Amino acid sequence: MSRASTDVAIIGGGLIGVWTAFFLARRGQSVTLFEKGVVGAQSSGTNFGNLRLQGRFPGQYPLSLRSHALWEDFEALIGEGCEFAQTGHLYCAFDSDEAARLEAYAQVSQSHGLAIERLAPSDLRRRFPWLSERAIAATFCARDATANPRLATPAVARAALRQGVEIRENAPVTAVTRQGDGFRITTADGRGLSCAALVNAAGAWAVQMAECFGETAPVFAAGPPQFVTEPMPMVFAPSLQTIDGSVIARQTERGNVILAGYPRTAADAVANRAPVPPAKTLAAMRALAGLVPALAQAHVIRVWSGIEGYLPDMIPVIGRSDTTPGLFHAFGFCGHGFQIGPGVGLCLSEMILDGSTPTPLEDFAIGRFRTPAVVSEKFQKEFDRPSDMGIERSAEKGRAIG
Amino acid sequence: MSSIVIVGAGPAGIAAAELLCSHGHRPVVIDEGERAGGQGYRRPSPDLALDMHALMGSEAGRYEALHRRFAALAEHIDYRPRTLVWAIEGRTLHLLYDGRAETIEADQLLLATGAMDRVAPLPGWTLPGVFTLGGAQVALKDQGCLIGRRVAFLGSSPLLLLAAKQYRQMGGTVAVIADTTGLAAKATALPGLLASPRTLLRGLGGMAGALRAGTPLLHGVTPLAIAGNGHVQSLLLRDAAGRERRFTCDAVALGYGLKPETQLADLAGARFVYDEAFRLFLPETDAFGRARPGLYLAGDGASIGGADAAEASGALAAHAILADLGGAPAAAEVRTLTRKLARLRGFQRSLARAFAWPASQIRALPDDTLLCRCESVTIGTVRAAMAQALGPIEVNRVKAMTRCGMGRCQGRVCGPALQEIVAGASGQDGAGAGRLRGQAPVKPIALSAAGESTP
Ligand SMILES: Cc1cc2nc3c(=O)[nH]c(=O)nc-3n(C[C@H](O)[C@H](O)[C@H](O)COP(=O)(O)OP(=O)(O)OC[C@H]3O[C@@H](n4cnc5c(N)ncnc54)[C@H](O)[C@@H]3O)c2cc1C
Ligand SMILES: Cc1cc2nc3c(=O)[nH]c(=O)nc-3n(C[C@H](O)[C@H](O)[C@H](O)COP(=O)(O)OP(=O)(O)OC[C@H]3O[C@@H](n4cnc5c(N)ncnc54)[C@H](O)[C@@H]3O)c2cc1C
Repeated sequence: MSRASTDVAIIGGGLIGVWTAFFLARRGQSVTLFEKGVVGAQSSGTNFGNLRLQGRFPGQYPLSLRSHALWEDFEALIGEGCEFAQTGHLYCAFDSDEAARLEAYAQVSQSHGLAIERLAPSDLRRRFPWLSERAIAATFCARDATANPRLATPAVARAALRQGVEIRENAPVTAVTRQGDGFRITTADGRGLSCAALVNAAGAWAVQMAECFGETAPVFAAGPPQFVTEPMPMVFAPSLQTIDGSVIARQTERGNVILAGYPRTAADAVANRAPVPPAKTLAAMRALAGLVPALAQAHVIRVWSGIEGYLPDMIPVIGRSDTTPGLFHAFGFCGHGFQIGPGVGLCLSEMILDGSTPTPLEDFAIGRFRTPAVVSEKFQKEFDRPSDMGIERSAEKGRAIG
Repeated sequence: MSSIVIVGAGPAGIAAAELLCSHGHRPVVIDEGERAGGQGYRRPSPDLALDMHALMGSEAGRYEALHRRFAALAEHIDYRPRTLVWAIEGRTLHLLYDGRAETIEADQLLLATGAMDRVAPLPGWTLPGVFTLGGAQVALKDQGCLIGRRVAFLGSSPLLLLAAKQYRQMGGTVAVIADTTGLAAKATALPGLLASPRTLLRGLGGMAGALRAGTPLLHGVTPLAIAGNGHVQSLLLRDAAGRERRFTCDAVALGYGLKPETQLADLAGARFVYDEAFRLFLPETDAFGRARPGLYLAGDGASIGGADAAEASGALAAHAILADLGGAPAAAEVRTLTRKLARLRGFQRSLARAFAWPASQIRALPDDTLLCRCESVTIGTVRAAMAQALGPIEVNRVKAMTRCGMGRCQGRVCGPALQEIVAGASGQDGAGAGRLRGQAPVKPIALSAAGESTP
């Protein structure tokens, strides 16, 4: 028998939703999580799997570091593994402008206590002989890691189940309304549930829910093109990224090389499609072979992408609703929600149960979109032309692209 | 003029090209193979002295005619052999030729991509010496060699008999022909088989030939294992009477009929529906092969029907293209073709019953049987993943959790068996278990195909 009421209801069974459920249940809350499909099948299950601390939005470091500690503790906390591997991350520059940007990133990272190694060409040739000589500078952070996104979210969901969370899969939430101080949730099959607090963790689909309560954010759905090669003999251990975003790559323990690259492509959140234009696959293939020449004969076996929610300032919405007490939002993770997912779940559980969290999250308030959004430089560079993405339209209307 | 592109130079593609040419069009014909003819009418390398007349037997006339007809088209088509179509995006086909990526635009796209063997795993099926049944025939027709000296033919397919006969003719010994479908099931399918007496007679002739040659011919077997130390040494099975029997052999040809090569149709946006007779998801088309505006499917790539059905459906698709381009309808011709195709495909559905996909045998396979050979995933791993809390019950999710179907072949080989295992473990039918979604590239392509980067 499923419940008729619960302390907290969560909409969205991605990484954010399941971690939030896990932490709340651990502190004795009754929690029901609704997922329109199955747990961890969207962005959280299709992403690249990078857990990178370098080069993040400066205001996100406290959250990011808190989250990293949870990743490092994943197996003990969750009771099963997710191929977490502290591989380190090599961030590369091709020219002096890019090297200057790397240096700026490094200083921010260091100010938060991270150990960053700066590598000159001679260090690179010696330590990473497989790297093309086009890379003239790089930074390395040994704490950066990767994990298998296909395994992580279902594992956390199972741990949440063991804590007593009720998980309803194939249960799209079709309506949310205010009921006294709490909420009433209705799913597509007509069933209802009452709850005291509500978490909106519906990823690229979250704006509709926010709009039910008179607030919005200009989310649009997109995803980077990705591909995977057949297993190759081990070439490189750290995950690898060029600062221009043309290559983000890692080699799994099995030997497959996984690649993600920019520019990202608009996705269709309504039809549930995330296309990968072949021209982008070819460009990424060229870029990877250019950066790691030993891979020139590696064969690509599959491409894919995912449906991620992006915002014009390239940082997510995390925190309480501006209009409705008891409602909390966590969506629009702009391509970096995998790394901060556990931390976001922990902070939300604290906000709900303690009224506040020690981690500073003011930068991520939904209220920032009451005035026209600041468009980040990343945003200009890392996507197709705005008109291709349908962004003007989405920014005006503030909803995911349909 | 509208640009018409045909992918596949087998009987379906050739018949379509012929008709389009006769109406003044100049289609592009793309095929990844070295020589035209497709799978069934494959031609050996020119430097091989192979007696194709003997090898093709009663089909020799058709084989020669098809190649003659294709030769006559040479001046009238833009033929691109050794060219793989690896992705489709809108009107653009992405090609791989001579190690390099190229593109071509198509206003009308006819996919005549044929079929591949459908196999089911059993303990030992990845030992060297095990080939697919079609692969065993390709070795003969393409390279003029046998897969072994003493070959066991195992599975359920009309081609078991045909291939065994070809092997005998070429000097091989046939250890056993072992069919998993029982004789009773075959008898039930007989009325439908009378729709194509020529093919039925070929089949019966094959049986008679096998019996004359003293080859053990078993029906209703349960395959137990292929055994051997580093290479096939024997085939172990349970016969219809329940006795375990071991056949010494140095090679096994394994096949359970064919499955359409539908990856390109998938990328081009065809819809798929589950077909109970074949126990496969097949692309949906109208009677002419129209899958969506501008997209046509023909031959075994649309629905398994054999070479004659492939030709008829290729011609029908060409008629549809001509009509969609505003041509005058050729009503009488179309009527004849439609009737012929319906009869041949109906026959093939009966065949699918007479040579059935062994669903219950596959569902009962032991846990330690390897299912996905690219990623080394056993059936037990799949069942265990499904059995845990929040375990997947759909093939794409099972793949995400276990890597089954995630390797080099992208599930083209293990897909049908995976579907059956998932259906079995979740108490669903094949339709409920779902279909592995396709993505580019349809075959692996090297990074170098994209060319040099310009810094
Ligand atoms: C291709 C790709 C690569 C990426 N690479 C990285 C990376 O390397 N590192 C990194 O940190 N981040 C990466 N990201 C971003 C990261 O995957 C996401 O930020 C993160 O997974 C977001 O988690 P989520 O739970 O918010 O979203 P999701 O996983 O999308 O979960 C939201 C869930 O809500 C459900 N839902 C929506 N509407 C409803 C409804 N009405 N009722 C019920 N359920 C609903 C959806 O079905 C979905 O499962 C990448 C993203 C993509 C697409
Ligand atoms: C291995 C095998 C052996 C067979 N042997 C026999 C036999 O001996 N006798 C018999 O009667 N039937 C045989 N068949 C059945 C055969 O499918 C039909 O007889 C007949 O060949 C079907 O014709 P078709 O035109 O539909 O496809 P095919 O003849 O298979 O032609 C399809 C063509 O499409 C090309 N193609 C496919 N995908 C791509 C792509 N992505 N890019 C470029 N080109 C592509 C292929 O190279 C192929 O040449 C065999 C089938 C197989 C799979």
